[in-house]
Amino acid sequence: MTAYPLEAPAPPAPGLLPWAPELTGDAPPPESRAPRARPGAALLLPARLAWRQLRAERARLFSAIAGVMFACVLVFMQLGFRSALFDSATALLSAMRADIFLMHPLTTVSFKPEMLPRVRASQAMALPEVRAAVPVYLTQATWRNPEDGTRRAVQLIGFDIESGVMDFPGLAPLAEALKRQDSMAFDLRSRPEFGPVPRLLAERGPFEVQVANRMMEVVGLVEIGPSFRADGNVVMSELNFRRVVKERLPSQVDLVAIRLAPGADREAAVARLRQIMPPDVMVLTQPQLVAHERSYWEEATPIGFIFMFGSIMGLIVGMVIVYQILFSDIASHLKEYATLKAMGYSNLYLGRAVLSAALILAVLGFLPGFMLSALLYDVVGKGTFLPLAMDTERALGVFAMIFTMCAAAGLLAMRKLRDANPADMF
Amino acid sequence: MDALPGRPMHASTPEGAPVIGRLPAPAGPAPVEISGLSYAYGEGELRRPVLRDIALTVRPGEIVLLTGPSGSGKTTLLTLIGALRAMQEGSCRVLGQELMGAAEGERVALRRRIGFIFQQHNLLGFLTAQQNVAMALELDPATTEAGRLARATAMLAAVGLGDRGGSRPDQLSGGQRQRVAVARALAGDPGLILADEPTAALDRQSGGEVVRLLRDLARRRGVPILLVTHDPRILDIADRIIAMEDGRIVPMKEAGAVPSP
Repeated sequence: MTAYPLEAPAPPAPGLLPWAPELTGDAPPPESRAPRARPGAALLLPARLAWRQLRAERARLFSAIAGVMFACVLVFMQLGFRSALFDSATALLSAMRADIFLMHPLTTVSFKPEMLPRVRASQAMALPEVRAAVPVYLTQATWRNPEDGTRRAVQLIGFDIESGVMDFPGLAPLAEALKRQDSMAFDLRSRPEFGPVPRLLAERGPFEVQVANRMMEVVGLVEIGPSFRADGNVVMSELNFRRVVKERLPSQVDLVAIRLAPGADREAAVARLRQIMPPDVMVLTQPQLVAHERSYWEEATPIGFIFMFGSIMGLIVGMVIVYQILFSDIASHLKEYATLKAMGYSNLYLGRAVLSAALILAVLGFLPGFMLSALLYDVVGKGTFLPLAMDTERALGVFAMIFTMCAAAGLLAMRKLRDANPADMF
Repeated sequence: MDALPGRPMHASTPEGAPVIGRLPAPAGPAPVEISGLSYAYGEGELRRPVLRDIALTVRPGEIVLLTGPSGSGKTTLLTLIGALRAMQEGSCRVLGQELMGAAEGERVALRRRIGFIFQQHNLLGFLTAQQNVAMALELDPATTEAGRLARATAMLAAVGLGDRGGSRPDQLSGGQRQRVAVARALAGDPGLILADEPTAALDRQSGGEVVRLLRDLARRRGVPILLVTHDPRILDIADRIIAMEDGRIVPMKEAGAVPSP
């Protein structure tokens, strides 16, 4: 076997080496390397490398995005259900509009209230800044569906509507009609199992429905929203409430609603009420009342835990998927990574590339995940009557979780880089 | 310190044809200076020495071929010179950096000044030829993106691939890929080129082209090359051939028998 026929070089010009750039016409102008600072390059270049690598394998990229999206939707739905259940649990109290409420301190949740004496309402009037105080009665009764006759538990709310102390959305125009005997207002957001009340009302005008074995007339609609224990609500005057719930002692009430005089300081009034009230009364503003109800559902039931657990499971599944993708990406490019190391790329630089890949996946997976979740909120919210709504705070929170999840997966996958040993390249 | 005292620094081709560049090497400090280097794999009972008391100097601009049977330790020697392995014993000075006891960071920094060419091209499959060459420059924070790409294009033109800059490695032939690897190794103006069997995966013709290209480009820049090879067809590019056997550098008389095809 002979050697390769190698060309002899051109005869050297006098005074010049044969490989002198002047001879070969290949004088590489040494680039002017001004020591300009490029702080972004240290992050941008690895990120670009990561993106180019991700982009090269479409199937792998899409399965990674699908994994992140899956985790994203799972977390959004879990958190959405969680807050929807808490919101709906407090729907009734949230809809009550009054300045201050009195409640028995042993009442943990509104569907099983500890009763307080009616006289506390009168006592509250002792303060000059209290314009009016009315007792509120709460109970559950059976409602017979006006169309098919099936029965279902409905929440009854009875109070002096005329006094204007407490309001519900849509109640004010009905005040006159609700003075009539055996009249009531129905919550238009109640579940459909109560019957097509809004439609019947529009077709026939006021009509009769059987509530707790008494024929009551629906005269209008209010807007409250279904909650855990009562997925329908009915508002009526105190007098009509007593007609329906005969066994109830009028001297025992469930809540007292207080309206302050115009210009009165609410915080000061709360403080003074706390001074003058005996210990069987808790004085709350409306947000405090809602928070009190919510804390029961959050702390005394496993609901909060169940949904947090679901969210964490979603994040773990997502992390495993992203880790697998990044890991196999590194494993199948070990030779290339080792080559880069031999060229002088540090572990740190390649680590930044892996981390960038993880964060690119976080962003690419979050965006469709967010849109899909918003769509699901809409569809599921309409189907279950749960108040599912996408808000900025939750979107940012979920993005932070997905970002952390991908970063953790990237940090785990980075360990595989150590297997890329440039000494094995030869 | 010459490993082969009494012999000319440049060997002859098997045919005895004159070797290119039979000229005094450019003056300056030796890019590679090794003395008393020993290296062993394994621990305790399993300790297996692969390099014993190596002494070797590569002069500026010199092309040195390292040959020998497999297991003779030549690849290990190359990885030590390339700062890819930590030294164990002796002294190894590469481009002014003593590698004995050098920290990982110092070794990584030194690698940036060395051009590597591997048996496989090892190009990044998801980058174009131009982007692959530009990767050799991205570690220099003073370069601009436009400057890197222009330099990469110029280097590809120098290896005869000026029009293939936008091709991915899988769209190139084996010889073309190895030429891109040569362009990548030279793009960063390295002070030393280390090559391990660069023709092993190539056919006769493209192997010859790649090695000739490598030699010419290195000559023009005065970059020394240390090349490990089994391939007797490329011995004629060398200024000097060093044979290794059993972890030692052996005199050329014995080495002459090794590459006979």
